[in-house]
Amino acid sequence: MRHIISILMENEAGALSRVSGLFSARGYNIESLTVAPTDDPTLSRLTVVTRGSNEIVEQIIKQLNKLIDVVKLMDLTEHAHIEREMMMIKVQVGSMESKEEVKRLSDIFRGNIIDVTPSTYTIEMTGNGKKLDAFIAALEDHPIIEVVRSGAMGIARGEKALHL
Amino acid sequence: MELTGAEIFTHCLKEEGVDLIFGYPGGAVLHIYDALYQQQDVSHILVRHEQGAVHAAEGYAKSTGKTGVVLVTSGPGATNAVTGIADAYMDSVPMVVFTGQVPTSLIGNDAFQEVDTIGITRPCVKHNFLVKDVSELAETIKKAFYVAASGRPGPVVVDIPKDVTAARAEFKYPKKVKMRSYNPTVKGHPGQVKKALELILSAERPMIYSGGGVLTSGASKQLTDFTRLLGAPITNTLMGLGSFPASDKQFVGMLGMHGTYEANMGMHHCDVLIAIGARFDDRVTGNVEKFCPSARIVHIDIDPASISKNVQVDVPIVGDVGSVLKEMIKGLKESGKKLNQTALKAWWKQVDEWRSEDCLKFDRESKLIKPQYVVETLHKITKGDAFVTSDVGQHQMFTAQFYGFNKPYRWINSGGLGTMGFGLPSAMGAQLANPDSTVACVTGESSIQMCIQELGTCRQYGLPIKILNLNNGYMGMVRQWQEFFYQGRYAMSYMESLPDFVALAESYGHVGMRIEKPEDVEGAIKEALKMKDRLVFMDFITDPEENVYPMIPAGAGQNEMILV
Ligand SMILES: Cc1ncc(C[n+]2csc(CCOP(=O)(O)OP(=O)(O)O)c2C)c(N)n1
Repeated sequence: MRHIISILMENEAGALSRVSGLFSARGYNIESLTVAPTDDPTLSRLTVVTRGSNEIVEQIIKQLNKLIDVVKLMDLTEHAHIEREMMMIKVQVGSMESKEEVKRLSDIFRGNIIDVTPSTYTIEMTGNGKKLDAFIAALEDHPIIEVVRSGAMGIARGEKALHL
Repeated sequence: MELTGAEIFTHCLKEEGVDLIFGYPGGAVLHIYDALYQQQDVSHILVRHEQGAVHAAEGYAKSTGKTGVVLVTSGPGATNAVTGIADAYMDSVPMVVFTGQVPTSLIGNDAFQEVDTIGITRPCVKHNFLVKDVSELAETIKKAFYVAASGRPGPVVVDIPKDVTAARAEFKYPKKVKMRSYNPTVKGHPGQVKKALELILSAERPMIYSGGGVLTSGASKQLTDFTRLLGAPITNTLMGLGSFPASDKQFVGMLGMHGTYEANMGMHHCDVLIAIGARFDDRVTGNVEKFCPSARIVHIDIDPASISKNVQVDVPIVGDVGSVLKEMIKGLKESGKKLNQTALKAWWKQVDEWRSEDCLKFDRESKLIKPQYVVETLHKITKGDAFVTSDVGQHQMFTAQFYGFNKPYRWINSGGLGTMGFGLPSAMGAQLANPDSTVACVTGESSIQMCIQELGTCRQYGLPIKILNLNNGYMGMVRQWQEFFYQGRYAMSYMESLPDFVALAESYGHVGMRIEKPEDVEGAIKEALKMKDRLVFMDFITDPEENVYPMIPAGAGQNEMILV
């Protein structure tokens, strides 16, 4: 099963490599890994998306907790939660027709066109991974020049929260 | 008081109560060596290779329960230490390793003797720190000692750039550390303890399986009390030997790949398994699919990640083994309940039947020296009271099987990593920590050569270690596997051009002996032990083709042993 694990870590140099090193050393799967500081500058928040049986995910969580720099973590998949990923995608739009078509698709998917040249549109879009995949699929014949995805982030719904 | 980083270093060690460190100098740590030179509180043992320093610190730690301390230089000093660090990690040895680093301004520039020590050691330490500013040094050292020794212990590396050791800062050693991200659980959950007792008391065929965690926790007494109170058979892992007296009737020997028939059969047939401070290592379980097929399992361990890692357990208790056992003993006594005695009697009858197989028998009439006989004789002469270290191979297994450890902290070996070269340097650490005790190193002619240079250290510090080299002329354990599983194709397992060990020992200023006949074994060991202030290297020429039995072949279940 797919799990989204959110981790609060000491914001120290090398903290990220402790997590990524753990996954590679123990052969765990990483679908995506994102990291950034939080409102508390001493803490970073990581989101790891992984796949594995219940036993493996249980081990992953225990091993993550064992890392000295990990302050707290939460398996979001165990709670109601919201998942988002951001994508920026650069599309070739040579003709007027394709410009209109891409703009229309982007609107349907609630994207924003954030950069324009005579031959390209760059669209910013957020959503869960499936939505972003669907947008890429919908672009069909419009040549994609570049795709950047942030990897998933998540947050629990309601009162539930990962904080100190 | 304002001090240099190097002075802060020595002051911190003193504050931590460190009296002895093991190390080797080099450019990046010269300020530190200069500070060490100018104080008296901490003595420094100069090894001959950094791997030796780490193993020596392990021997020191394992024989005392204290934290071992190592100091090495940057680059090759640090990389040479890595094998030892990995070894300490696998065996949960409390240790702080200080590595020199190039000055902060040069980090990342491929400077002379620069390596990414933090990166290289990350997967084999409990934690590591790079000290970037002298103002952080004292607190980092405090944290390092705290992390190394608490919870499930392990090695912590502190990487100190040279400029940090020269810079000055106000010295104040923190009295306490608090780390919001690190809070090991000590006390077991009362509900789980209760559940465990209920399960244990329902057993008809109980089995206790305990490991090195009992020693780490200092819980031999609690383990012994609990076991006697319960009346169940007990087996120890390789790492747990000595935590329960081997001569006790309830002890059924070591379990696992070269464990006794009675221990492994007991495991296979038990209905409740009580795992205490052990981690279900593959050398213990054999094929996990076939492991303890009819048992429900209680597992006590301080490391939650050890629980249900290899084998799913029914009642986990996270906590310090000693503290949990104390609760369990209390629970048992208060309830006044006992195991079903009729069932227990029948179970013991079965266990004793397995025991009567006498799985450790060997040919006592042989004209060749049997390695088992040497170890047995060492036990007899030292009354089972010596500190015994070993290297890795057949001799290690023979020592585990035949020395019969009755006391904790006497058996010092490399269990998890299986590092040849461990024996001699770890014996140095044990001897330095226990200057008035007999320290014996049982080794093989291949293993001993991996850290043979430490004979020089032994000479320098007058360490009267007794080395028993079980010289079978082969990498015996490798040869055994090749005999069993590769139709006797002995690829590279024969060590040609062995040195003359007697002459070698003598060249370092030690005593050397060569023993070739079984009838000379006892006399030689006695004579060696009489030389209280000399290192004696006993080169026993043993049966080249002896094998370690019983053996569970890879992939087999615990009931599928090869017997003699
Ligand atoms: C550093 C290292 N290299 C290789 C091995 C693999 N290995 C395990 S036992 C062994 C042979 C040991 O031979 P010896 O020291 O003579 O002991 P014996 O088995 O003959 O008692 C080898 C090569 C190891 N454990 N450690």
